[in-house]
Amino acid sequence: MFFTSVNFGLFIACLLIGYYTIFRKFQWQLLLIGSFFFYAFSGFSNLIYISVTICSTWFASRQISRLRLKQKQFVEKNHDLSKEDKKAYKATVNKRQKMWLAFCLLFNFAILAVVKYTDFVIRNTNMITDTGFEPVNFLLPMGISFYTFQTMGYIIDVYRGAEDEPNIFKLGLFTSFFPQLIQGPISRFGDLKKTLFSQHKFSFEVFQSGLARVVWGFFKKLVVADRMMIVLRALVATPGEYTGVYVIFTVLFYAIALYADFTGGIDITIGIARMLGITVKENFNRPFYATSTADYWRRWHITMGTWFKDYLFYPISASRPMLRFFKWSKMILGEKLGKRIPIYVSTMILWFATGLWHGAEWHFIVWGLANGIVIVISEELKPLYAMFHKRFSVGDRVWYHGFQVFRTFWLMSLIRTLDVYANVRHTFRMYWSVLTDFGWDRFLHKGFSGLGIDYVEYIVVSISIFVMITVGFFHYNKKIEFLSLKPDYRCVLITLLVFAIIIFGVYGYGFDSQQFIYNQF
Amino acid sequence: MDELIKILTEMHPEIDFFNHNELIEQCILDSFDIVALVAEINDVFDVRIPPLEIIPENFNSAAALYELIIKLRGE
Repeated sequence: MFFTSVNFGLFIACLLIGYYTIFRKFQWQLLLIGSFFFYAFSGFSNLIYISVTICSTWFASRQISRLRLKQKQFVEKNHDLSKEDKKAYKATVNKRQKMWLAFCLLFNFAILAVVKYTDFVIRNTNMITDTGFEPVNFLLPMGISFYTFQTMGYIIDVYRGAEDEPNIFKLGLFTSFFPQLIQGPISRFGDLKKTLFSQHKFSFEVFQSGLARVVWGFFKKLVVADRMMIVLRALVATPGEYTGVYVIFTVLFYAIALYADFTGGIDITIGIARMLGITVKENFNRPFYATSTADYWRRWHITMGTWFKDYLFYPISASRPMLRFFKWSKMILGEKLGKRIPIYVSTMILWFATGLWHGAEWHFIVWGLANGIVIVISEELKPLYAMFHKRFSVGDRVWYHGFQVFRTFWLMSLIRTLDVYANVRHTFRMYWSVLTDFGWDRFLHKGFSGLGIDYVEYIVVSISIFVMITVGFFHYNKKIEFLSLKPDYRCVLITLLVFAIIIFGVYGYGFDSQQFIYNQF
Repeated sequence: MDELIKILTEMHPEIDFFNHNELIEQCILDSFDIVALVAEINDVFDVRIPPLEIIPENFNSAAALYELIIKLRGE
């Protein structure tokens, strides 16, 4: 059951009626049943995977918590113990807590690794060793990367001292909460628990603002993203024909399509949660206004970025081996470069993992590493930029800011194009064709005809993109917020958007508008 | 404290670390600065800051960071 299906519309309508009427005293319980019902539509066997993750995480978190309590009681009971004895007892308890944490992490990441990466390993083994192992073709449970990361974040937080959730069903809802199950945001238990488990009274204003956000998300998805995807599919289907200048358009179109698709999906998620009275974290902050790669990653898929930073980048960087490496590197390479090298190693590990998280394909891994390389090069060029700014004093000029935004947009879009051609060698061949076979004449002769949509649709999509970018700019600048608009204006906005979707949206028989790009991760 | 201020000033000479207390909120220290600080503190003070202590509250000011170092030294 996808967000864009009729079934989902019926499901959400029934759920909302029950949520605010007969089940108003059992709202989170209803959401849990609803979430499992929603998830069952993706395949009944998938329920087993998510249930195993919930049970194992709950059990491990209870054990960690129990050990913490035991330690506290022991210290209170034996207050005359020496500092050393207390320290030794604490170390023993900590060791056992660490064991439960390791069990939970290994067990759940192993499930993710087996279902997601087995065929990737088999394919590469066959290629390297010239063997013929058959792929296993595991059916990837929908949203497994998202819910695994969310629950693993929870268990790490519990290990670090956060309160655990004694009620397994509440942890079940946190893991399976249906609006964010398939493409995030990746929430933290501490952020979500209060809003998720408290009782919500119906508020017309909050409900209407949520609805506006949902409709806005559908506008982005059905009017912009799905129409752009028709063009992109045509550009990629016959790559030999669409080289040179067409590659530049492919880069541009995919950047816009992915933005519309992913942010549209998140708008729907946040909107549905808001209709239920629940506040889910924002996942974007005008990414196309970023002035550097690092800045871009603070604005795009924010919850994934912070997850990797808090649970991978910092632990690796602060680990004992890395600190030893830091000392060694400083001694061998000198104060300046020696300090930076360990950070760059952590950065490359982080981006390798980020690429791998996106999918079991080389182009995702190369995409991740390319991001890491760009960030490392940017860091190395910082002194040069500083010298340039000092010499020419352009740092606060509007045109220079515009240049930085333009440069970052194209750099990130170029790297992301690996996702479109889905083959590393082929993608680089296409980049190369821009330099060797620009084909301007071919473009002047053929233009955008034969790419699946007509010129009227190009005009529609151009206007829609303009609207999307303008609203996006003001929305995140807090000048326009769906929640703060007056109800009458919001009503007009919803009506206009619904009409726009009905008239200009890509839907109906023959169109596969149900899949969001990020569903595959 | 002076040693810590020296490390921080080397990273961002333009900042008055004695008086600034929104180093994370105002994005003065980014994640690269934080891990560099963690490594440098380990080197200079012989104190390992565990990942669970890498939170904005501990890095928002030089005073908070120094307090953390003292706390970890005592453990």
